[in-house]
Amino acid sequence: MAVAAGTMLQGCSKTEGGASGSSEAVSSDAAQAVYVAPGKHDELYSFLSGGFNGQVSVYGLPSGRLLKIIPVFSQFPENGYGYSEESKAMLMTSHGFVPWDDLHHPKLSRTDGQTDGRWLFVNGNNTPRVARIDLKTFETVEVMELPNSAGNHCSPYPTNNNEYVIAGTRFSVPLDMKGGTGDVSLDKYEEEFRGSISFIKVDPEKGDMDLDFQILVPGFDYDLANGGKGPSEDWVFFTTYNSEKAGTLKEVGASQNDRDYLAAVNWKLAAKYAKEGKAREMPANYYHNKMDENSHVAKSTVKKKVRYLLPEECPGMMYLLPAPKSPHGIDVDPSGEYMVVSGKLASAIPVFSFAKMQDAIKNKQFDGEKNGIPVLKYESVLKGEVKEPGLGPLHTEFDGKGNAYTSMFVSSEIVKWKLNDLQVVDRMPVYYSVGHLMIPGGDTKEPHGKYLVAMNKITKDRYLPTGPELAHSAQLIDISGEKMKMLLDFPTVAEPHYAQAIVASKVAPNSTKFYKLDENKHPHAVKKEAEVSVTRESKNRVRVKMTAIRSHMTPDNIEGIQVGDTVYFHVTNLEQDWDVPHGFAVMGANNAETLIMPGATQTLKWVAKKAGVFPFYCTDFCSALHQEMQGYIRVSPKGSNVPIKFSTGKKKQNIPGVASTK
Amino acid sequence: MKAYQKILMIVASLSLGLLFVFPMWKIYLKAPQYPEGLELHIWVNKLGGSSEGVLQNFNILNHYIGMKPIHAESFAELQFMPYIVIAFMVTGVLVGLLGKRKLVLGWTGLLMTAGAAGILDFYLWLVNFGTNLDPMAAIKVPGMTYIPPLLGNKQLLNFEALSLPALGSLVIFMAITIAGLSYFFSLRNQTIDAVHKNRKVVA
Ligand SMILES: [Cu+2]
Repeated sequence: MAVAAGTMLQGCSKTEGGASGSSEAVSSDAAQAVYVAPGKHDELYSFLSGGFNGQVSVYGLPSGRLLKIIPVFSQFPENGYGYSEESKAMLMTSHGFVPWDDLHHPKLSRTDGQTDGRWLFVNGNNTPRVARIDLKTFETVEVMELPNSAGNHCSPYPTNNNEYVIAGTRFSVPLDMKGGTGDVSLDKYEEEFRGSISFIKVDPEKGDMDLDFQILVPGFDYDLANGGKGPSEDWVFFTTYNSEKAGTLKEVGASQNDRDYLAAVNWKLAAKYAKEGKAREMPANYYHNKMDENSHVAKSTVKKKVRYLLPEECPGMMYLLPAPKSPHGIDVDPSGEYMVVSGKLASAIPVFSFAKMQDAIKNKQFDGEKNGIPVLKYESVLKGEVKEPGLGPLHTEFDGKGNAYTSMFVSSEIVKWKLNDLQVVDRMPVYYSVGHLMIPGGDTKEPHGKYLVAMNKITKDRYLPTGPELAHSAQLIDISGEKMKMLLDFPTVAEPHYAQAIVASKVAPNSTKFYKLDENKHPHAVKKEAEVSVTRESKNRVRVKMTAIRSHMTPDNIEGIQVGDTVYFHVTNLEQDWDVPHGFAVMGANNAETLIMPGATQTLKWVAKKAGVFPFYCTDFCSALHQEMQGYIRVSPKGSNVPIKFSTGKKKQNIPGVASTK
Repeated sequence: MKAYQKILMIVASLSLGLLFVFPMWKIYLKAPQYPEGLELHIWVNKLGGSSEGVLQNFNILNHYIGMKPIHAESFAELQFMPYIVIAFMVTGVLVGLLGKRKLVLGWTGLLMTAGAAGILDFYLWLVNFGTNLDPMAAIKVPGMTYIPPLLGNKQLLNFEALSLPALGSLVIFMAITIAGLSYFFSLRNQTIDAVHKNRKVVA
């Protein structure tokens, strides 16, 4: 029924007689196509952004199984990320501790224009940040704040060999030229507001990021970005809206011009200009947070300077291509020749030609300039338009076989069209209001080309109702044949904006199984039970260095704590086995638990607020005697004469099963 | 003894050096929650496993049933066995150089005895660990002992234990065989010599 009803709704909004009838909504062999037998692994990993939850969710494809949630910009009580003393620094910014962000775009690192399975870069839209997730551990290892940015939306876009990760600002702001924004009257939008594009250098071996320079660009809204490939590999493209420079009621103000722009930036030339001294320097104030690989302790560095280029001083670095009204997605096809611009309010999809753009630049086919940036003539760069594609085109991905797939937000469908003749060849209704769509590798030189995932904003009748808030949905579509086939619906965590996917064989073999205890450089790690300690370090501070192993903690009896003491529990997990984390939680803690991976050390801060005995325990079912994995901390009144004392078991040492961890 | 027989004897003794390259015995544990299995490797001079942390994981599992933790330090054998092996190697080379048939036989016999003693010692350890359990153990199954098999497999609670000689044992077996061959061939020398002598007499 649901399918039928959905298709009916769909039918109403079709712009032309739907090529695909309602009966084709679900493929007859769909169940078989997505069935991954128990114990078998999926073919692909997919990484879906969580949008307003600040996380990345990892799903297996084609099964749609949820494999993991990776916290990036949000605190995560499940494992203590952002709560544990080690990870708090990851969420530090120039605005202080910001334990949330709006995560839109995951992008996999690349080698030679193809995904290499090493890192995943993601953006924080709200408080502009770019983060790096290490795909050996599926953990966030680096978060960098971006100065001079607001609404870090067209971000992060890695070049074909991760030379740079590029991030543009969605909201232009009045820059105070100190890395922040000035106290400027809001009427002054047109004169005072500017955008910025950040060029983050990536260490080719370790992946560490470094903000190399920025380009300060005209005060439009920069929406999405995408990098070139092959012939266009030195270029990165940004859609912009609000070329009107309206500062208020943008809904109307930014929708006046019939054409906004696609901004084309030659990143290689920009890097060259920056290197050759064209860059100026201004004061800045932004945080760069890194998780140390061996100690698992995050450290923040505050950066005080940033270099910047002005396009008007850098000839040949930046051009503007007129694009129909308020363009949204910009997608470059696998050959690197075609730039597809989706005008969300336009009735046709313009496809630009990179070769024509090069000729137009050579022949100076300009249509004036904006802020010193040449504007190319629309006709001179246009390959052609996809006519009547549907309503509300947003994003396009490619299958590597000459086909493009565009998501239609308003008409809730995916439209397949041919890159050579720009003719629509197939349509598939989706439920409902699709935003991004993703083909594994669909933004690279070599798309995987078998599946397409539609990320839908609204699910209404698709799943059992759960009150006013319903799960968002991803839909898996088979694109291996002429006609698209719907295979699977699966609910997603929060709102996925964009996603990336990669064949499992590029990631799975490198997965870390446990951290080597020998390499644990945490300053408060204890590597054997004989070395545990409880020390009063100052009047109100007690440090507990303890160990966890199946199925006990050492020590498990702690006395001599006083009301008002801050107790740091540094727990080292002595296990050297795959999939054996231990959790640690204390009654009344005002933060969360912490989940300690085998071989690692994590710290939970706990303040003794009243006298009594408080249990602590392991929260992750680790063994047959997991329930017994517990202990007590005794808190006495302030100034009491109970000495610090700690133990495990009656006999002081030699607990059976205490492994040789020397 | 002829030169090639001496060389055989020297090869036999030197091949024992491979004991420092390969483990002698392997014990495999398999359970549903250990799909990749746990492998304990017993060497002439150390304990190890298929991966780091194996010994620790053996001990963690064993502690539920009250088995004493296995540490390399708790086995005096691991301290002195390397010297025995080296002694066999040095004396074997000497025996080879001297080329005395009787000595070859003696050396081979001693090596066989040492090998057998080693297996007996290993078995006694298994019995000791498998039966000498902590009475305070968390898991107690009436009448159950946990002696891993010396050879072959056995179900121990949720674990299937499989015990097999590894390459190191083969090395000892090989050394015995080669030394034995050296002796055997030298026996033929004697008969041939005797035939020669007789010929002379006849002539
Ligand atoms: Cu535990």
